Amino acid sequence: MSTDNSNTLDVNADQQHVDHHDHKPTGITRWLYTTNHKDIGTLYLLFSLTMLFIGGSLAMVIRAELFQPGLQFVDPHFFNQMTTVHGLVMVFGAIMPAFVGLANWMVPLMIGAPDMALPRMNNWSFWILPFSFFILLSTLFMEGGGPAAGWTFYAPLSTTYSNDSTAFFVFSVHLLGISSIMGAMNVIVTIFNLRAPGMTWMKMPLFVWTWLITAFLLIAVMPVLAGTVTMVLTDKYFGTSFFDAAGGGDPVMFQHIFWFFGHPEVYIMILPAFGIVSSIIPTFARKPLFGYESMVVATASIAFLSFIVWAHHMFTTGMPVAAELFFMYTTMLIAVPTGVKVFNWVATMWRGSMTFETPMMFAVAFIVLFTIGGLSGLMLAIIPADFQYQDTYFVVAHFHYVLVTGALFGIISGVYFWIPKWTGVMYSERLGQWHFWCSLISVNMLFFPMHFVGLAGMPRRIPDYALQFADMNAFISIGAALFGLSQLIFVWCVVRCMRKKGEKASAEVWEGAQGLEWQIPSPAPYHTFQTPPKVK
Amino acid sequence: MVSHKLLIRKLVLICIAMFGFGFALVPLYDVFCRYTGINGKTENTAAPASRRVDASREISVEFLANLDPGIAWSFAPEIVSVSVHPGQVKIVNFLAENLTDKAMIGRAVPSVSPGEAARYFKKIECFCFVEQPLDAHQAKFMPVQFYIDPELPSHFTTITLSYRLYNNTPRTAGR
Amino acid sequence: MKHYLFGLKCVTSYSVLFWLLLNSITLQAQTEKYNMTRGATDISHQVYDLHMAIFYICCVIGAIVFALMFWSIVYHRKSKGAKAEQFHGSLKIELLWTAIPVLILIVMAIPASRTLIAMEDTSKADLTVLVTGSQWKWHYKYMEYPIEFYSMLATPREQIDNLAEKAEFYLRDVDKPLVLPTGKKIRFLVTSDDVIHAWWVPAFAIKKDANPGFINETWTKVDKPGVYRGQCAELCGKDHGFMPIVVDVKNPEEFDLWAAEQVELQAQAKAEAEKAAQQTQSMEELMLLGQKTYESHCAMCHQISGEGLPGAIPALKGSVMVTQDIPAHIHIVAYGKPATAMQAFAKQLTTSELAAVITYERNAWGNNTGDLVQVADVVAVIEAGE
Repeated sequence: MSTDNSNTLDVNADQQHVDHHDHKPTGITRWLYTTNHKDIGTLYLLFSLTMLFIGGSLAMVIRAELFQPGLQFVDPHFFNQMTTVHGLVMVFGAIMPAFVGLANWMVPLMIGAPDMALPRMNNWSFWILPFSFFILLSTLFMEGGGPAAGWTFYAPLSTTYSNDSTAFFVFSVHLLGISSIMGAMNVIVTIFNLRAPGMTWMKMPLFVWTWLITAFLLIAVMPVLAGTVTMVLTDKYFGTSFFDAAGGGDPVMFQHIFWFFGHPEVYIMILPAFGIVSSIIPTFARKPLFGYESMVVATASIAFLSFIVWAHHMFTTGMPVAAELFFMYTTMLIAVPTGVKVFNWVATMWRGSMTFETPMMFAVAFIVLFTIGGLSGLMLAIIPADFQYQDTYFVVAHFHYVLVTGALFGIISGVYFWIPKWTGVMYSERLGQWHFWCSLISVNMLFFPMHFVGLAGMPRRIPDYALQFADMNAFISIGAALFGLSQLIFVWCVVRCMRKKGEKASAEVWEGAQGLEWQIPSPAPYHTFQTPPKVK
Repeated sequence: MVSHKLLIRKLVLICIAMFGFGFALVPLYDVFCRYTGINGKTENTAAPASRRVDASREISVEFLANLDPGIAWSFAPEIVSVSVHPGQVKIVNFLAENLTDKAMIGRAVPSVSPGEAARYFKKIECFCFVEQPLDAHQAKFMPVQFYIDPELPSHFTTITLSYRLYNNTPRTAGR
Repeated sequence: MKHYLFGLKCVTSYSVLFWLLLNSITLQAQTEKYNMTRGATDISHQVYDLHMAIFYICCVIGAIVFALMFWSIVYHRKSKGAKAEQFHGSLKIELLWTAIPVLILIVMAIPASRTLIAMEDTSKADLTVLVTGSQWKWHYKYMEYPIEFYSMLATPREQIDNLAEKAEFYLRDVDKPLVLPTGKKIRFLVTSDDVIHAWWVPAFAIKKDANPGFINETWTKVDKPGVYRGQCAELCGKDHGFMPIVVDVKNPEEFDLWAAEQVELQAQAKAEAEKAAQQTQSMEELMLLGQKTYESHCAMCHQISGEGLPGAIPALKGSVMVTQDIPAHIHIVAYGKPATAMQAFAKQLTTSELAAVITYERNAWGNNTGDLVQVADVVAVIEAGE
């Protein structure tokens, strides 16, 4: 069923010579004006790391307040701003830019392209981001505070009942939407037009495949998000009533439109992680990926299904039974392609010759913990039970398993996997292992008990809770603090590599590494593949 | 090198189309609601008269009137519920009174529950089709003439028609 | 041989661990502190059974997948001298692990659909209650009785601010619970006055969004008398965490007694309000009732100190709004300020409560305007309209 892919890649011999004259501008202007995919990738990744810590600090405020029952540190209005901005920053500031950064770095290297197809647009799409988040975060310091209607900003809480930070919030979302769309277009054009001769569709590494599909999802749904926030803006300031029953609108329609964007968005945040893990597992198992074609088909089916399951976020809004059943069945169906992926990874490990360096550790943790998140997702699809789970910490636990131990662990494993290629030095394996074990233990202290407090009846987005949830919440908060601290080890690891402290990395870096990116020297020269390599 | 232009043009077109689609979802949603009964939305225009009466069963129709906090009127149905045969035309009055010293405009938004029954709830005439102005301290009977479509599935025995009355007085005219 | 022993040890410890985990979860399942409640209705029992069934299925799937994975992690590692095989696909096995999940899903979907259809069948109800959410309280109206009332958080502010010891039902207590009879099918019509709320009582397995302008319906039938607690489950603004639900389920006889009493009480209250409108009250009377009303309805936002929350909620202490124009002050309390958290209290408070709370605001915290606001003043402003 599967053909031999990626095993027979070859770079033509005089490739290396071309790449040697590495002239690049220096100083700040290098970064401001850069059109080099590697520089822009680095910028994206560093930006995302910064946002991870900003979003993390907001989460720490949340966890500090929830450490004990009663109001200790913040008032409920500020608490709502924290949950809202934490969500927005993590989704749009940490996870998505990190994936775009990885795509910038790795997609051209994996398909043998000299750069991204649209380098100047690439520069733009990055530099819009810091401004967008500056606007969003600045609202926190304004009178009346930032947006406080949750990252899902349901109308009419976000329209009639919000404060004027809404205007800033909408502008900021527009900007980052534009940035994402430009980034996605760039990826699509690069993959369509700049593949090296012989790099046929079914020879592309899975990371490239998953990103291609993600990019199409982005192009399809980010404009819908832009439309949604525009409607919020006109409802609030220009007298329209899309979401106001008094004027013939409907607040539930907001949720339909939002989740029409929102559900594919969820997969935008996980598909590239599937791609990363699909690169890492075969490398460290020293064995080709099991079921390459079925992986591609599964990714595409997940993407397709993501458009017809949106209403499973809104089972309690009061839908007709027929619609509820439809969305329940389609949602359950998603478990099938997702299951195929997990089984394929396990089959790739089966009878391999495995070693467990840090990237592999994170990838294995990804499989286990993402599967837990997936299984709780399956539970959430069962509507009668969902009536009890909806808007409780069970949901919070579910999507943090999928996004933190899923998307974020995927990104981290990708960083450890490719950082020797980026910087030319190996990260410290000892620090990496410390980072892994500290993260693994603390992340489960943080999110695992959330399942139980949710089942026992604690709603999400509340600043204070009934006494029976107290011990669990204290425990969760301790886990949160430890998880936050553990990420400092990661920063240390990354900084060491950036300062070239560590063992020099070879071109291949990993014993089992396959693919074009491992055939150029480490660190990757500033310009690569200016003559396209030949892929057999 | 392959030209990027064509591909970029296509992608930009997809983007624009999807942005438009976001807005197209608004009318689409209305159509969708009407067919599936989300939120118990009913047709906001007059339905044709009923053709036949199904005398074999009776449906209890309940009436609810809610006031938005922004409108100082009183608003209540004349009767709490009626029993009708599907197809039988009924007229029910809602009594509204403006309790203030100012002329105001109200707008009633209907919602039928259970939502699946909404498309079988046919209004021939309804005060909710248009805005309702009331002078200071004026009281008025507001009629709704309706019938239940005989196609109504048999498991529905009770249908609730609820109106919520909003203040649609233009801001400039107020105060 | 050594490898074999090591593997055996790993597998044994894995199974022991899994067994312990499953046991602890089952144990916890019995204590409602860590699991979904079984609840008090037939539907909630079905929901609970469904939840446990899916949960166990997920555990078994997880256990099988992870067992295979850890087996391979233990045995197929390079340090154990494992040589990588080069297979990369098998149509048979891939079809198999697509088909099996589909079958499992079908098995799960059947009971879920059945329960769902039962949950949505609101026909033939004995009693209907209109539940209306507003920032941040619930309003209940019995369709068959002339009874309606607001139900709001009863936990004193000092407990929330950690100045007093927290009571047993901290944040889960209300001033007036919803009272229902046992053994009757009760239909709830759910709607909202402002933003979206969700009416959630875990013991009935009911969670229904309250959408402004539209009604939703759901039902329950409780067989066991008792007090059941829940709370708002949809983010509805600042005090979303402070709008609990308490349902007191009584025997039909007790319920009838209660209903009769309520009808009488509400008629009495109405008569008193009408009487109060004719009378003038003294400063002491107004200030006393005013403080009580203020603390239960206004202090959540404007604070007991009247200082508000800078930037979000304006202060009343020393504010122009409450020290200058009296009709303007009455107007904003009665009708609220559109598009802000300041709601219209005309519907929620009696005219004498309104008069009292406005008098209180004009004279507390050093606002000493000396103004007395009487019921007649309030009525005049309300009649003048918006």
